[in-house]
Amino acid sequence: MNSKYHITSFCNIKNNTVSLNGSVIYNDENNDFLEFIKAAYKSFETDYAKFFKMDALSKLAFLAADVLLKNEDLNQEEENNIAIVFSNKASSIDTDRKHQKSIQDKEDYFPSPAVFVYTLPNICIGEISIKYKLFSENSFFIFDAFNAQHLFDYTNSLLATDKTEKVLCGWVELDGDHYEAFLYLVTKKGLTTHNKQNILKLYNT
Amino acid sequence: MDDLKQELKENIVEQLNLEDIAVEDIDDNDMLFGDGLGLDSIDALELIVMLDKNYGIKLTDPKEGRAIFESIDVMAKYIFENRTK
Repeated sequence: MNSKYHITSFCNIKNNTVSLNGSVIYNDENNDFLEFIKAAYKSFETDYAKFFKMDALSKLAFLAADVLLKNEDLNQEEENNIAIVFSNKASSIDTDRKHQKSIQDKEDYFPSPAVFVYTLPNICIGEISIKYKLFSENSFFIFDAFNAQHLFDYTNSLLATDKTEKVLCGWVELDGDHYEAFLYLVTKKGLTTHNKQNILKLYNT
Repeated sequence: MDDLKQELKENIVEQLNLEDIAVEDIDDNDMLFGDGLGLDSIDALELIVMLDKNYGIKLTDPKEGRAIFESIDVMAKYIFENRTK
């Protein structure tokens, strides 16, 4: 099913590479995710000290969103009517494990508040919303695999009911050494038609 | 006391992930919150855990931290007088 909406831009982060609209904009050979994402963040010259305090999932989602939204010429002093619809499989398991480790030993029981606050996957949406002043609808879904149909339906519904002007949606998955982000922006104008086929095509770029 | 202050600065930079701040940039009297290092409420909770873990000081009321965490100087004096390890 086609829709009257369009995908205006998309970002992929996987295999040590950050791509915007299919073009590689950052790549390095560092196999450690945290080193890779920090180097990528610094290369884009985003001045946001809170990035370093985020957990790994939030860093991944934040950087992908930042790459996309920077391109949109948003007024960061005003509220922006952009909804966020994210999804993944692993939820916040990577940070959940870190928290679990800190409370495992009753003799060495020092849970970190800074870790605990990230033991929900949708916290990454909050980080993006704070930076870009997004106060609109947001949801985080957990699926066994990338679910283009659900994202398509949900996004269309938000736009059709005028809940938002744009939707930033996609997949942000992080579990141990495995990471993958695919975010795309859906609006009422653009070249690529917003449909399941195109979402899957861009996801596999 | 100087060693304790240096240790506090190193721990704060490392444990609070202050990537853009160097240990040598922190003055003993710099405000840790607000216009100083710009720490936030989660950082305050981390500092409470740090006091417990590293120095055996348990703050039962988080509001106590407001005065104790004013600066490295104030924090070091409090730890020096109250530490159990």
